[in-house]
Amino acid sequence: MTTTAVPQAPAATQPLLSVNRVAKTFGKNIVLSDVSLDIAQGEFLSILGESGSGKTTLLRLIAGFERPDSGTIQMAGERIDSLPPYKRRVNTVFQSYALFPHLTVADNVAYGLKVSKAPRGEIDSRVREALAMVKMEGFAASKPSKLSGGQQQRVALARALVNRPKLLLLDEPLSALDANLRREMQFELKSLQREVGIAFVFVTHDQEEAMTMSDRVALLRFGELEQVATPREIYSKPATAYVAQFIGHSNLLRCNVSRGIARCGNVICTTSEADGPAVFSLRPEAIRLASAAGATDVVRFKATVLRQVFQGATELFELDCGGMTLNAKIYSARVPAGESEFEFALSDFVPVKESR
Amino acid sequence: MFSRAYKAAVALPPIVWVGAFLLTPYLLLFCNSFWSVRDGQTIVHDWGMQNYSKLVHVPVYAEVLLRSMKIAGGVTLLALLLGYPLAYYVAFYAKRKELLYQLVIIPLWVSYLVRAYAWKTILGSDGVMNTLLQYLHITHEPVGFLLYSPFAVVLTLTHIYTPFTFLPIYAALEHIPKNLIEASQDLGASRIKTFWRVIVPLSIPGILAGATFAFVLSLGDFLAPLLLGGPSGIMISNVVVTLFGAAFDWPLGAAISACMMVLVLAILFLTEKLEKKWSFS
Amino acid sequence: MELQLVSASAEKRPAWLRVHVIAVFAFLYLPIAILVLYSFNGGGVGGFPPRNLTLSWYRLLFSDGALWDAVLNSLEVAIAAVIIAVGLGLPAALALDRVNFPGKVIFRRLVLLPLILPGIITGLSLLMLVVAVKLKLSLLTITLGHGTALISVATTEIFAGLQKAQRSQEEASLDLGATYWQTFWRVTLPNLKLAIIGAALLIFTLSMDEIAVSFFLIGRDNTLPLEIWSRLRRGMTPEINAISTVIFVFSLAMILLWYRLRKPGTDEWEAAAKAVEG
Repeated sequence: MTTTAVPQAPAATQPLLSVNRVAKTFGKNIVLSDVSLDIAQGEFLSILGESGSGKTTLLRLIAGFERPDSGTIQMAGERIDSLPPYKRRVNTVFQSYALFPHLTVADNVAYGLKVSKAPRGEIDSRVREALAMVKMEGFAASKPSKLSGGQQQRVALARALVNRPKLLLLDEPLSALDANLRREMQFELKSLQREVGIAFVFVTHDQEEAMTMSDRVALLRFGELEQVATPREIYSKPATAYVAQFIGHSNLLRCNVSRGIARCGNVICTTSEADGPAVFSLRPEAIRLASAAGATDVVRFKATVLRQVFQGATELFELDCGGMTLNAKIYSARVPAGESEFEFALSDFVPVKESR
Repeated sequence: MFSRAYKAAVALPPIVWVGAFLLTPYLLLFCNSFWSVRDGQTIVHDWGMQNYSKLVHVPVYAEVLLRSMKIAGGVTLLALLLGYPLAYYVAFYAKRKELLYQLVIIPLWVSYLVRAYAWKTILGSDGVMNTLLQYLHITHEPVGFLLYSPFAVVLTLTHIYTPFTFLPIYAALEHIPKNLIEASQDLGASRIKTFWRVIVPLSIPGILAGATFAFVLSLGDFLAPLLLGGPSGIMISNVVVTLFGAAFDWPLGAAISACMMVLVLAILFLTEKLEKKWSFS
Repeated sequence: MELQLVSASAEKRPAWLRVHVIAVFAFLYLPIAILVLYSFNGGGVGGFPPRNLTLSWYRLLFSDGALWDAVLNSLEVAIAAVIIAVGLGLPAALALDRVNFPGKVIFRRLVLLPLILPGIITGLSLLMLVVAVKLKLSLLTITLGHGTALISVATTEIFAGLQKAQRSQEEASLDLGATYWQTFWRVTLPNLKLAIIGAALLIFTLSMDEIAVSFFLIGRDNTLPLEIWSRLRRGMTPEINAISTVIFVFSLAMILLWYRLRKPGTDEWEAAAKAVEG
């Protein structure tokens, strides 16, 4: 499920949350260095990264469980980085759900409201509303230990949302679910977010998940942001080699550029890059068998098929193009063994920065 | 998983030993409680309820038992009040948990007897406490009730049993997943509210275990009252000791012991039920 | 992935809590401090503050034959008690963990009784048995008492160790061709090494300080606590402070030893176990 319309940047409104040049070190580990990120009202932002990228730490800084060593965090113009978690208008859905075992589902959901001393009648109705929103109305009197993982997660969601926070943080909430349930929950979370209109910040290591659900994706690596952009942009215009590889496992061509021509193996292509070595990203999906017609803005090259792997709708071909290996994902076409001619659109040949 | 012969070989020795050296003696004690003493010298197997009836009708025994329970109750309360914040500190604030934990345990390695006697030294008319009080001009002469009183017994037993309340409470607090505390704060509860709404309920099994230890062990203590209690601080175990010593009346002593056994078992049963109700993991 | 990277709280500690903690530690260590202090007190016990610091009590202590006889007796009893308690506690723990025998619940409760009942009750009950079989009171009867009373300490510790142990290791051993007996020696027992040693140390310590159960079971030979007790009845001598200090220091050494034994041991095991389990 992809967003069909590119969301417009919120017109002239202040970002909901502003992370400014935040850094955090634990002992000798620099977990985050100089991270700046704005989160817009009502957007679904994913913070994507591998283990050790710092994504969870960033989330915890926003939630208030850690303080940044330097930099500030502001919400609606006010600094919140020195506020304890219970004073921030931010709620978190924990990876392990963190439901209170000694309270029923209803009492769990009501927790934040009871603590803020809301009137009894209001608490009851809002709890019912929240449970209905996550389709857990029948479980109000149950104890968390009797629920499955997916059910616990819904309760955790309801418990956070019932407080109408300005921002909802989700720490890899779907990682413990099996694949089918996961896909279902992705859909539900997305529509829930649309319904509720609250900004969601979603931490995950699964790039497909991030690309599917988000309005924008922030890719974090070793404590620094590699790129923050819409899924389409990240996909078609990766900023660095790492982004290109991490999202969609792009081919990275290390070419030599000389007078506007990039050369690597059998691939020869025009480019506006400066002379010298350069790195280009070419997605496996962009490569296809050369068509008979000589289209413009298309680059053709010869390659030999080394290997072929069946992947359902597509086949993955490992191609040898003059000493360089490329992966190509081609819809079940009959690609003859041995050498053939392939092509790709020039616009799919994207220059990227070499990664650190 | 193991063969039947193996299983029998493993289970049998302990069962036999425990049957011979634990079950039989307790049964003997129980039997003795129905007998009586003749001429202050011999035990007659006359199988009657005379001892139990004596316990019910002669007030002094009930009085001593009541006093023992009050003392045990006082010790339990104090030990919990001292032990809980200590456990909380070590679990949530301490930088060197292992070290502090050991520091709490170490006093247990010093002989009970000697520690009790040290308190006698401290509380005596010539001791540290009185000297200090007079030095600070709070009193002008030695305070009497410090020693040879229920106060001294409660103080000493609290000293002995505070580590015993600390241990299970600390274990329970350590057991609480940190993310529950974070979740509570995330939902708007301050540290104090989190303490009362999340930490305390989840630490109740630890509190119950510690309280049971302290209460039951204090109730049956005989050394501290003997050393520091004076005539007003005599506890039920001292009565039993006397009945098996100078005031030769084994059956009566056995009867009191049997009652104590029933009392202790009842308390254990109760706390076990409560602990089950309050344990959530 | 939830990172628990912070072990100690970065938040400020409430002042009153710190005061409380210091006060409680002071309370816990006051008698011990007094004890150690007065063992050097020239004027004997009583009188504050101590003056005339001297080692004479220690000198007296080391030439006190009767006291050292008692120490020896206590050591004998303690070691025998460890053997009995662990020797019976180990099969008891195994049985509780793996065998369903009739009266299992009663057995478990019965075995715990000596720990929670007032010690003298257990001691008195054993006295009745001893009298009934016309056995003479001696170190043997005390050993019997200690060993029996402390079985459940061994059982509890070893049982806990069994819970932690991986059943799959034993199954792997059987799969590879070892018999039950071989598996027990090569896999189960080494896994329990830590629990057994812990239990042994604990039982040893408890036995050395045991008074209540021993009270009615002594014959002619005294154990150390009972020897101290009889001297205390006659009036405190600073020698007692001296020997208590010695015991205290010795116990501290034992704890350090236990600590050293344990730390690399557990980490090694746990690391290896984690590596294997993945």
